[in-house]
Amino acid sequence: MRELGRRSEAAAPVFRALRSDDGTSGGLAAPLPPLWGLRPTIVVARTGQRDVVTAACPAALDLGLVPGMAAAHARALVSDLDILDAAPDADRAWLDRLALHAARCWTPTAAVSGTDGLWLDLSGTTHLFGGEERFAARLLGFLRRLGFTARVAIAGTPGAAHALARYGGAGVGILPEGGESDALAPLPLAALRLAPEALAAAARFGIERIADLYPMPRGPLARRLGRGAVERLDQARGFVPEPIVPVVPFDMPEARRSLLEPIGTAEAIEQVIADLLGDLVLALRERSLGVRSLVLRCDRLDMGAQFITVGTARATRDAKHLMRLFRLRIDRIEPGLGIETMVLAAPQVEALAPEAIAAALDTARQAPDLAPLVDALAGRAGDAALFRLSAIESDVPERAIVRAGPLVKPAGWPVWPRPIRMLARPEALSGVVALLPDHPPRRFAWRGRSYAVVAGDGPERIHGEWWRRPGEMWAVRDYFRVEATSGERFWLFRRGDAITDKTGDLSWYMHGVFG
Amino acid sequence: MSTTPQSAPRPSARDIDVLRAAVARAAASRGPVLPFGVGPVDHLLAGGGLDGAGLHEVAGASASWSDDAAATLFAAGIASRFAAAPDVSALWALTRFDLYAPGLEQAGLGPDRVLYAQGRTDKELLALCEDALRDGSLACVVAEVKAADQTATRRLQLAASEGNTPMILYRRYRRYGQCPLADPSLAMTRWRIGILSSGRLASPGVGRGRWNVELVRQRGGPPFSLELEACDDQGRLALPAATADRAVAPGRTDTVAFGHAA
Repeated sequence: MRELGRRSEAAAPVFRALRSDDGTSGGLAAPLPPLWGLRPTIVVARTGQRDVVTAACPAALDLGLVPGMAAAHARALVSDLDILDAAPDADRAWLDRLALHAARCWTPTAAVSGTDGLWLDLSGTTHLFGGEERFAARLLGFLRRLGFTARVAIAGTPGAAHALARYGGAGVGILPEGGESDALAPLPLAALRLAPEALAAAARFGIERIADLYPMPRGPLARRLGRGAVERLDQARGFVPEPIVPVVPFDMPEARRSLLEPIGTAEAIEQVIADLLGDLVLALRERSLGVRSLVLRCDRLDMGAQFITVGTARATRDAKHLMRLFRLRIDRIEPGLGIETMVLAAPQVEALAPEAIAAALDTARQAPDLAPLVDALAGRAGDAALFRLSAIESDVPERAIVRAGPLVKPAGWPVWPRPIRMLARPEALSGVVALLPDHPPRRFAWRGRSYAVVAGDGPERIHGEWWRRPGEMWAVRDYFRVEATSGERFWLFRRGDAITDKTGDLSWYMHGVFG
Repeated sequence: MSTTPQSAPRPSARDIDVLRAAVARAAASRGPVLPFGVGPVDHLLAGGGLDGAGLHEVAGASASWSDDAAATLFAAGIASRFAAAPDVSALWALTRFDLYAPGLEQAGLGPDRVLYAQGRTDKELLALCEDALRDGSLACVVAEVKAADQTATRRLQLAASEGNTPMILYRRYRRYGQCPLADPSLAMTRWRIGILSSGRLASPGVGRGRWNVELVRQRGGPPFSLELEACDDQGRLALPAATADRAVAPGRTDTVAFGHAA
């Protein structure tokens, strides 16, 4: 599973990778060494007034740069240094993804440990992978392919595993059962996840190794280092249990009905859909979720599957409303020889909490909810058929409008006189008689009819948008509202301001009509 | 009916009460009435305004683009007055989109109170409108169609009274010179809007538009034809200044009805 390559790496040449038969050093292209291994690299994060190193690559560690030192100090020690900004959120997201992957693929109990580790409860699962050694090797391989280096420790308690993975040294450490106390003894006290105050107190007393704690009486120890320290020690040695709070992977709400007899009639299908919706709505209510889309899968006797999808404009778990949406689509199911299993899944869900009913007490002024109607109409005509129009920032009339969703709150337009209907493309006028530069035309002809103008307003000058097209750099439209003798009111424009030639060629166009 | 006037029994007070109750029930089945706020129009309309749970048809006086725009604006004005309450929307259904939304906003139908539905065919559009009317959560439904036969209008009228929602059916011209309002229909009112030249202003400029508003047919009332000023920014019509200023003869408020076109 070679990754496709980072953006900073050049892609390997295609032809050199082919096996050549000319006896030269062709062959397969060796994988490029990772770029950050070439120069010592550190990751810094800003805390308060100073930059602190939070992580360092092996090369930097060899040069004596350790996490916790000031970035300025690191720069002074090593001049040729790559410095990256810490991204704790991205790190956390990676850890969460890895924990979810572990929960799906390896063990039901997996959790993120601190900012740099994972806990996997391997009880009763490693035999699926061929034992603990093979599982650890497999885990390391998996992470290496993703680009991570990792250390694995398998121990009887989470505390011991935590300590060995971070301070144990070797790539894979597997502790025999009951060996926690001996294995922990030579490790530094920091391996026990103690609070910083406890560590400082221990340093004052000259306690360095975990083994130093074993012979001490527990009462004075708890008084000096705090009860938390004693508890951590007992947890690591296995005297006190420490549960792992596992991550719970999100599973899609799903309802399934396997039918005793295959069904084929619309009434039977409708009944099963109603039952499925009842099950699903119960599950959704327990998890306070609402669906945005539902997929119904009907498995037929002949192994064909039929899919029906409904979408909603707002999260809902109203079974009646969802049933109405499905009823519009039942005729699209082809039962064939009969349907034997129906599965209803909600691939798109949103949190749907109960709403306060303060507004509902005043029933007269409550705004009607359009979402059910929007869903019903969209089920008939398609999702794109329903929309609102909203303003966007543009003075060019045909660009001032954008389609928006049916439930958004759109913005309005400035109150310049605007026509009620507009031509999709402006149409050229002929025979225009007009005083330049800023009078409306006296007469013009359009679509084979000539009009004499009795009144006109304008011009309203609209400049081209040079940031869209270079051709609009100097373009100008002068808009006029004119009324012809029999009362027709048109929206005309002239290209150009009649003063500078490059603003337009002074041609006239019809663009819209007023009522 | 072979009963002669002599044999018909005189209705008792109880029968008349029953009849009155039936009439009151029928009147209650009508939705809230939307008056135009223009004296002569409301006076001549049965019920004093547009039925808030009925089908109304609007068409241009000719197939020209300007009459089309005037009729559209007339429909938009009615829709905006139906949707005057806060947080309610009108549905504007059409097959070919050539409306310009800023123009609709200037007739009072701002972008937050109009929801557009674009159908592929007239038939699909009418089905959409029926669903929308039955739902009852909209303030008004406007549909632009070319073809709507008697069955379609009956279904729309039934849906409108069921959902207590007004429906405005804007009839486009199918053939040049053939008024779409000539087809039979079950609409409560049928309007034909034509443009007139506006009154000249004292200063150069374009004044408020003026329309010839013709009520071709209405249920329970006479047809009429009036010259009115176009919608303002809240969708309201007005009497032209000359008529508004003229003193009305006492007891003769309906003298402005000067044409019968049905």
